[in-house]
Amino acid sequence: MNLSKNWLADFVDVSDVNVKDYCDRMTDTGSKVEGYEILGEDIENVVVARILSIAPHENSDHLQICQVDIGSKVEQIVTGAQNIFEGAIVPAAIPVAKLPGNIVIKPGKLRGVESNGMLCSMGELGLTEHDMPGKEPNGILILDESFGDKLGMDIKEALMLNDTVVEFEITSNRPDCLSVIGLARESAVSFDKPFAVKAPVVKCANDGDKISNYLSVSISAPDLCSRYVAGVVKNVKIAPSPLWLRMRLRASGVRPINNIVDITNYVMLEYGQPMHAFDYSCLNGSAIDVRRARDGECFKSLDDIDHTLDSSMLVIADKERAVALAGVMGGANSEIKDDTTTVVFESACFLGTSVRVTAKKNGMRTESSARFEKGLDPENCLGGLERACELVELLGAGEVVNEIIDVYPGKIEPTTLELDVDVINKFLGINVSEGEMKRILTALEFTVDGNKITAPTFRADIGCMNDVAEEIARIYGYNKIESSRIKGETTQGGYTRKQKFEIDVESAMCGMGINQIQTFSFISPKFYDKIRLPADSALRNSVVISNPLGEDTSVMRTTALPSALEVIARNCNFNNDNVKIFEIATVYIPTGADTLPNENKVICAAMYGNCDFYTVKGVCENILKLADIKNAVIRSADDNPSYHPGRYATISVDGKVIGVLGQIHPLTAKNYGVDLPVYACELDFEAIFALMNEAKLYTPLPKFPATTRDFSFVCDEALEFGTIKEEMAKAGGKLVDSIELFDIYRGHQVGENKKSVSIRVTLRASDRTLTVEEAEKVSSKILAGMEKNLGITLRA
Amino acid sequence: MKEKLNQIREEALSAIAADNADVEQIRIKYLGKKGELTSVLRGMGALSSEERPIVGQLANEVRAEVEAALAEKVQALKEQALEKQLKDEKIDVTLPSSPLAMGHLHPLTQMQRRIEEIFIGMGFSIAEGPEVEFDYYNFQALNIPENHPARDTQDTFYITENILLRSQTSPVQVRTMEKQKPPIRIISPGRVFRADAVDATHSPLFHQVEGLVVDKGITMGDLKGMLETFAKTLFGEDARLRFRPHHFPFTEPSAEVDVSCFVCGGKGCRVCKNEGWIEILGAGMVHPFVLENCGIDPNVYSGFAFGMGVERIAMKHYGIDDMRLLYENDVRFLEQF
Repeated sequence: MNLSKNWLADFVDVSDVNVKDYCDRMTDTGSKVEGYEILGEDIENVVVARILSIAPHENSDHLQICQVDIGSKVEQIVTGAQNIFEGAIVPAAIPVAKLPGNIVIKPGKLRGVESNGMLCSMGELGLTEHDMPGKEPNGILILDESFGDKLGMDIKEALMLNDTVVEFEITSNRPDCLSVIGLARESAVSFDKPFAVKAPVVKCANDGDKISNYLSVSISAPDLCSRYVAGVVKNVKIAPSPLWLRMRLRASGVRPINNIVDITNYVMLEYGQPMHAFDYSCLNGSAIDVRRARDGECFKSLDDIDHTLDSSMLVIADKERAVALAGVMGGANSEIKDDTTTVVFESACFLGTSVRVTAKKNGMRTESSARFEKGLDPENCLGGLERACELVELLGAGEVVNEIIDVYPGKIEPTTLELDVDVINKFLGINVSEGEMKRILTALEFTVDGNKITAPTFRADIGCMNDVAEEIARIYGYNKIESSRIKGETTQGGYTRKQKFEIDVESAMCGMGINQIQTFSFISPKFYDKIRLPADSALRNSVVISNPLGEDTSVMRTTALPSALEVIARNCNFNNDNVKIFEIATVYIPTGADTLPNENKVICAAMYGNCDFYTVKGVCENILKLADIKNAVIRSADDNPSYHPGRYATISVDGKVIGVLGQIHPLTAKNYGVDLPVYACELDFEAIFALMNEAKLYTPLPKFPATTRDFSFVCDEALEFGTIKEEMAKAGGKLVDSIELFDIYRGHQVGENKKSVSIRVTLRASDRTLTVEEAEKVSSKILAGMEKNLGITLRA
Repeated sequence: MKEKLNQIREEALSAIAADNADVEQIRIKYLGKKGELTSVLRGMGALSSEERPIVGQLANEVRAEVEAALAEKVQALKEQALEKQLKDEKIDVTLPSSPLAMGHLHPLTQMQRRIEEIFIGMGFSIAEGPEVEFDYYNFQALNIPENHPARDTQDTFYITENILLRSQTSPVQVRTMEKQKPPIRIISPGRVFRADAVDATHSPLFHQVEGLVVDKGITMGDLKGMLETFAKTLFGEDARLRFRPHHFPFTEPSAEVDVSCFVCGGKGCRVCKNEGWIEILGAGMVHPFVLENCGIDPNVYSGFAFGMGVERIAMKHYGIDDMRLLYENDVRFLEQF
């Protein structure tokens, strides 16, 4: 809402407050100021002048030499404009003068002839043909003869350009402040000044004619229209509005059009009451009905756009057709035109949600709909209409027909509350007297009667004690409320075990040199193709956003891998070496159309550069160690097309897979434009947390020495170390303390597709030093077991 | 022979003292089996029985003296050699390090954790809730019915008519109040979603931390006090807060809260757009409608709520000028934090 301070002065005098202090205080009391602009600030030393004589320029065909009366003296000004004539009243910039766009006018010579200034066009003064209707937009601005007694006057004063516009951001609960009167009331309370709105005075034609000769109004949808007030103006003369009105509209950011349309806009800005004007001659019949639109009904709005309506929308209709979309926009069929002679003014109150839905469905949000959708006060309709009629008479725009029509099915009751001074003081932590509270409320136009306070009808946002407390607090000053400490029961704060574990995992990952990333939760469904997810994979069933910004952010991810690979690809493109990244990402697994998805966390890491399969395996094992999960089994698998079939493994606990890891399939990597080996793992955070062992118990350190035995087995290439280790442990029994791989040899000495695996077994008993015989016995058991169960023997 | 021994002593000691002394050679020359001292001793038989002990003692003295000098020299040479070796081992300390791997927490996580820790210190717990949420929890229970204009300011992603991506973490407050009796002190950090196209200051996904306190006798002064403590802890002791009346459907009274610019201290600079203040928080006293909706009697209990955007604070704090950097995850960016 742009507020003209000149306009504001009609209702409250805050001229003793400088604009900066005004803005700060208004912000402090709840009307947030976004900024202000001093209009005409960029115009200096431009005055009203009369051209006394025009002489040709001897060195130029198009230049003319003018002698110009600027009140105090006569100046010679050379101009190239052709629309001037002797006796014309024009704006003249007298050096040193300033014009918008940082233009400075200095004395000079034009083709040898002295020119002490410049005659100005409307554009050079920052004006448009809407501000100056009927004037030549390209030539010098020729002012009316009425300016003849203003020679020498500053043009800003003469054209009423001097104004300050304050831009307010009004919150949606205060539609009453989307008006000059509303903001004047707030200004008056904020600065403790008197505030008054004069009731409009309408004389009317008093010629025996009355409105019932023209019009009747019915409301078929009283649930959507609480009040409809109409007035008729006859013998209308459509003309430009007077300068003062145009300049107020201009300052408010509204384009002047003609007197009748300008009056509707003026009243909307002043009263906050949206108005509409119909051309009476375009109405079919004399009956106006406020009804729901018919499904499929066609309507062309003022801006010449066709709309198809439905029965959720409210229209103003004549006998046959809709002439306005209620509260949103009028129809092209009844628009005010230059030859309009009879006008119907509408000042009505429509249900906010209905206007909001209608405007949204038709894609046209207007100044009117923006006000209605916040919920307006039906009590404001009559004042708005009367003000419009008053302006018609003031402007001489037509004759107001006697009487008005006022259909008011939805009369509202004002809210009455009890003022409990102690409760409010306690709630806010302040100590304001009853008298001061009542003063604030009265200034805000509450009716105060003992302990009963009644909110004005334009304050539909007042409904309970908190609302009243806010009124007191904002005028008293939020920043004057003294800060305090909560008094009450102590609460124990902190992270939950799971939150703590998540933080631990993050720290562990960082400790391993992996950077944390944050990626979007929504992805493109095409990303499932990029990671080569099988067509029948359950993971392709995602939660789908019905109104996404774009296809690339249209489904909630069921896997974190695509996000991580996107980041890998981006870093690869940036030529970053040795990249390791991780995310503890939420994935969203649908559970049904009407239920919320399961939101599970996964730990997803990806890396390239200085790493291999065993690096990512180490990452997984460290996380398992962090959770103290000892019985996890990592085994090769080849059923995940995202990964290299020969370099892929699953991590399971008791047969349940809790994670996967491996090299990303080269074809997957290629889909991301990466031709380096990329390694990744995806761990089920929820499962790992569920398996986490927090009850750690100390195992006494060994008191007796260990003895070691080394074995080198020759076996098939396909036999995994994990299998050998498992068998050795089984065969060796409980004296086996650890089994470590120390070498794998491949070469012609062991034969093709064979390998020699060298393993060190550490043997230990907790209660004694093992004898050589005992150690040998275990060795023999291991050898026997290996031969029997795996068919492998020691290397010769 | 005495002279001979004294001569040997002097010769040997001076040889040892020489800079380029070869200690092994000297040892062999004087103390070896065929060494000069040994041959002197061998010739002792020719001495008279009176002279023999005297010369013998002298010979032993000479031997001990030479041996000691030799040992000392060996030690000195060893030290010299080590010193030389260490000198030779000098490295260029300005060469790039070969670091032990260290990863970096994302700046958003770091900021979120800082905020969490401050509130945990004041007795808050961390509450979490679903990101895909029912309309009821995101809007209706928070006093934002269907077609309420406040929905305009939060362009929401919908899944179905009743299910959406939460546009704020406030639904967690509602869920908490449904389950837990006062006193309640929680913050709910997490991801929220709004249909804003990506640019330098907007993202369809960002992080919020909201807080909720419900207890008997909670006042607006308490809200101010708590947020001031928070601001001073996060931004420094000099931080000041400014409260401006505002409107949120779920709080009444409501406020927008500015912190004095933590770059210029309030004088005005690029970061605060010359205003001296940076808007960081929305806050207010919990609306009685919301309390009632969650089964808490507003005549007995009162409370306050507040919310802030983690991105905004992190960006201002770290001087990050483009929000996209946060989600691009360029490691050169991540490793700066």
